[in-house]
Amino acid sequence: MITFEDVVKVYPGGSTAVDHLSLELPTGKLTALVGPSGCGKTTSLRMINRMVTPTSGRILIDGEDVAGRDEAALRRGIGYVIQHAGLFPHRTVLDNVATVPVLLGKTRREARAAAQELLERVGLSADFAKRYPAQLSGGQQQRVGVARALAADPPIMLMDEPFSAVDPVVREQLHREFLRLQEDLGKTIALVTHDIDEAIKLGDRVAVFRQGGRLAQVGTPRELLAAPSDDFVAEFVGRDRGLRGLSFDSAAGLPVRPVDGLLLDDAGRPLGWPGDDGPRDTGGTFTKDDSLRVVADLAIRSPVGIAVRVGPDGAADGLVSHHDLADYLAGRRS
Amino acid sequence: MTEYLRNNADTVWLALQEHVWLALLPVLLGFVIALPIGYLGVRFPALYHPLVNTCGVLYSIPSLALFVFLPVVLGTKVLSPVNVVVALTIYTVALLARTVADGLRSVDPVVVQAATAMGYRRVRRLAGVELPMALPVILAGLRVATVSNISLVSVGALIGIGGLGQLFTRGFQLFYIEPILVGIVLSVLLAGLADLLIVLVQRAVTPWTRAV
Ligand SMILES: Nc1ncnc2c1ncn2[C@@H]1O[C@H](COP(=O)(O)OP(=O)(O)OP(=O)(O)O)[C@@H](O)[C@H]1O
Ligand SMILES: [Mg+2]
Repeated sequence: MITFEDVVKVYPGGSTAVDHLSLELPTGKLTALVGPSGCGKTTSLRMINRMVTPTSGRILIDGEDVAGRDEAALRRGIGYVIQHAGLFPHRTVLDNVATVPVLLGKTRREARAAAQELLERVGLSADFAKRYPAQLSGGQQQRVGVARALAADPPIMLMDEPFSAVDPVVREQLHREFLRLQEDLGKTIALVTHDIDEAIKLGDRVAVFRQGGRLAQVGTPRELLAAPSDDFVAEFVGRDRGLRGLSFDSAAGLPVRPVDGLLLDDAGRPLGWPGDDGPRDTGGTFTKDDSLRVVADLAIRSPVGIAVRVGPDGAADGLVSHHDLADYLAGRRS
Repeated sequence: MTEYLRNNADTVWLALQEHVWLALLPVLLGFVIALPIGYLGVRFPALYHPLVNTCGVLYSIPSLALFVFLPVVLGTKVLSPVNVVVALTIYTVALLARTVADGLRSVDPVVVQAATAMGYRRVRRLAGVELPMALPVILAGLRVATVSNISLVSVGALIGIGGLGQLFTRGFQLFYIEPILVGIVLSVLLAGLADLLIVLVQRAVTPWTRAV
């Protein structure tokens, strides 16, 4: 666990970048630090690995004050990923990834062998190993950056806008891969972003900062969306904007209509909606465990504007039209 | 010219050898001295401008003046090759200290910070990250220093030392064009060869600069 204890950072020149920050980043979880530009996210992150020294307050890792640790040794145990990756242009991809293990005293051979495996893990084939960073796309560089941070298998990772320099499609893909990786690895991660969607998607917990380096609220994405502590957070997480909030509402309480008009197989599983050229695909189904966002998606995609719910056995057990959903949401709001 | 070469092969060969070490020893010494000086100019930003100015002044001292002046300061004999070596070392330092500083300043600070955040200590970071990344700039400076030293050595002939330059003085004394031609051709060849060598070394040690 990483603990900020009443941490203040005032830069020379007088600007307060971080103002009395107390925050816990639980072990094995990803905590997203999010907020408008200049609110002290990067500064907070860089105090963890002592790239920035707090003006007052303490930062503890598993109860131990980082100020008492040898800087270089501390940093070798903390993965670090930044925007544009910050790769070494004069080293091959493989040697970039091998950097920290070599610093830790592994032979170059051992480190390269391990690096090779890691590259595959972040979705880069062996062909990339011998290339230089200038020969990679932005997304590929970012993958190498993640592999480099993971190379020494540090328990902690600090990531400063790691996915913001790539286009939305690549970012989406990197998000998916990264979530899968984190599921396996269970690192303690602090991830800085100014994109609330990214924070909600990737974060187990989200810490919202406001101007002046003050923590506005911290909680699970769901808590933040359900109960923003004030107008700033409410507006920042954009509770009322679009479908975002629906991601955290379960479909369990959503009333359904009896199944009617849907073509079913012998086991009651949906085959599709009747059409002139045979059954038309329902576009997918949802269960009680899915979110309302999934239901909304299905209702919109469905050829007849109706989402199909199935039970654990896969048999259709209810229908929801987009009118039903709209009524339900309207009723909930009032 | 071939006639002259055949008859004076020994003299020419000795002159060439002398020329090579009179030019290259200062390059080596100057490089070793310039590295820490250039680094200090970056490590302590307040020193950068004084460094650049001092280098500029040193480099603008006429070489002949330095050759004549040095024995007075160093207490060496007027004809000692040490004078030439010291003078050219001073020029090399003047050229390279600035180049080293500029090379190090050209390194992307984001990459240096990334290195620090990964757990590099200062010295290892300098050797493993900053210097390699500054190499293209530093080696370009080294080319200039080497070629300019090779031509400056000949000036030493005017005070009685100076490798191939001796062939010029002999030619002038004897009103005889052959040694002058041989001297010119050989020193141009030597400069070209040294330049080529450095370019080859540069390609070998900075492969990433061609990777785009
Ligand atoms: N080295 C520095 N010296 C002086 N002031 C600084 C320094 N670094 C940051 N600041 C100031 O501290 C405040 C917080 O900066 P920080 O980089 O932590 O913000 P951020 O939340 O990461 O912003 P962004 O989203 O734009 O990256 C800003 O007002 C910034 O100008
Ligand atoms: Mg930042």
